Amino acid sequence: MTTEPKVIVRDVERTFDVRRRAFRALEGVTLDVQRNEFLCIVGPSGCGKSTLLRMLGNLEKPSSGLLQIHHESAQRPLSAMIFQEESVFPWMTVAQNAAYGVKITGTWRGPESQRRVDELLEKAGLSRFRDFYPHQLSGGMKQRLSLVRAWATSPELLLLDEPFAALDEQNKALLQQELVKLWEEYRSTVVFITHSLEEAVLLGDRVAVMTSAPGRIKEVVSVPFERPRALASLRRSGEFNQLVTGLWESLREEVERARAAELRALAGRVPETASGGAR
Amino acid sequence: MKETAVRNPSVAVDLAARPASEARSKATLRQLLGPLQVLISPLVLLLVWEGAARAGWIETKFFPAPSTILAQFWTMLFTHGFWVDLGLSLQRLLIGLLMGAVPGLLLGLAMGLFRPIRIAFQPLIAALYPLPKIAILPLILLIFGLGEMSKYVIVAIGVFFLMTLNTFAGVMSIRPIYFDVAKNLGASRWQTYFTVALPGALPGILTGLRICTGLGLLLLVAAEFVGADAGIGYRIWWSWSVFWVEPMYVGLAVIAILGFAFAYLIDFAERLLFPWLRNPSR
Ligand SMILES: Nc1ncnc2c1ncn2[C@@H]1O[C@H](COP(=O)(O)OP(=O)(O)O)[C@@H](O)[C@H]1O
Ligand SMILES: [Mg+2]
Repeated sequence: MTTEPKVIVRDVERTFDVRRRAFRALEGVTLDVQRNEFLCIVGPSGCGKSTLLRMLGNLEKPSSGLLQIHHESAQRPLSAMIFQEESVFPWMTVAQNAAYGVKITGTWRGPESQRRVDELLEKAGLSRFRDFYPHQLSGGMKQRLSLVRAWATSPELLLLDEPFAALDEQNKALLQQELVKLWEEYRSTVVFITHSLEEAVLLGDRVAVMTSAPGRIKEVVSVPFERPRALASLRRSGEFNQLVTGLWESLREEVERARAAELRALAGRVPETASGGAR
Repeated sequence: MKETAVRNPSVAVDLAARPASEARSKATLRQLLGPLQVLISPLVLLLVWEGAARAGWIETKFFPAPSTILAQFWTMLFTHGFWVDLGLSLQRLLIGLLMGAVPGLLLGLAMGLFRPIRIAFQPLIAALYPLPKIAILPLILLIFGLGEMSKYVIVAIGVFFLMTLNTFAGVMSIRPIYFDVAKNLGASRWQTYFTVALPGALPGILTGLRICTGLGLLLLVAAEFVGADAGIGYRIWWSWSVFWVEPMYVGLAVIAILGFAFAYLIDFAERLLFPWLRNPSR
């Protein structure tokens, strides 16, 4: 076994043309994701988290810099992404959506795969809605369905963009547990974007904090807690609170900087830093 | 649908919006009868017309009473000629539709999916589309003669442009995230075509098909007016030339019925085959 990182990001920059002007979303991003690591990323909105994740998911190319991902097994797809926006196909039933990932990645193995998809649907509380179309589901159910679609593929690299943001607390807690279980069972590498610092510390081996736009990696903090972790008992420990507070301070600086930049842009030459995730 | 339905199975069964399969039989009847509501206002119009004709308020030489037309229709139903006309017109319409819609669908999809094809064809299509297709009818008759082919071609040309543009618009309206999902999972070009582009463009395609049947009928009747010796359009024109208006109205009624029947069939097929289309999530 090599100890080479699963993902290597070196000095990556990404600029977008916004009304004929180059807008720099990411600048000098350097980051390693270790094999089988659970990495969480936090940062002010508009700092380029989604852009970075999309690069890892082969949906965006760096403008410059190096990005390397090792694909180890032909039996498993390299990556599966769970998007921030609604992404289940309206023209497929719940069951078809759930199986889509496995079928499209060419890792479908008949009844065995079907069993796995069914099992995940059950865990996501969607079993009895198999024959429904997405327009008949609530927003939370649709998001759970997109989790199933990605999880069923057991990718080497699981990419999640604020996946639980739209869920209620109970569903969130259940799915967090499920995610950690899957990660341990299938030995995946996980990159998880969240705006909840508690969630980042609860789930991650490490937490990366990004700066406000143009985004860089500001610091990477290791999370020392043993697994399995439970939020309730973690909250009672001083170390947990210290960690969260530290991240919070670090992030607050960036949010304030982002706000100041927005104000400056508003006052001066108008919309150069039109941040805020407008896509 | 409430989020709570999920963890409480007994509630889920009651509250659950019906899955497509279970509610099908009930829904099918409603789907069958629903479009018939549109018959109400034409029926009222016919009643007023009948009354006016009988009271002598309108010139029955030009506007014979609907009952007279119906009687004429009835007798024509038993003539061989009527069925020949209808069969010919239907055949021309369907072949023309097929000849125009299939290439239009393919080009529309290709334009939506591939930039170079879009750049190559969009200006051409945009320039040719507004040209009234009837204007080139003489040219078509010149090239293809008075035989069947000229009728197929004029219908096909009109349908082709409409289908291309509607399919193209359909593909362009697909939310990019659906393509992202496919690409991230490593879908091949053909997989993307069949699992995202085609189903995503279906609303546009079906709209196209709906307008196409209307336009196809229009072009067909026009072509049969001037370049045919049989067919519903020819029969209408012939009635005028011999100044016998009843068969003319029968022809008009048949055209109207055809238009209605096609719209109805497309609606029905859509509800049955693509239940998600009626309620797309945004
Ligand atoms: N395709 C794009 N074209 C132009 N600007 C973009 C595009 N994608 C992202 N951006 C800009 O890049 C910045 C970072 O966006 P994003 O990665 O979505 O941020 P985050 O996910 O951290 O909120 C934003 O200012 C956004 O407007
Ligand atoms: Mg984002």
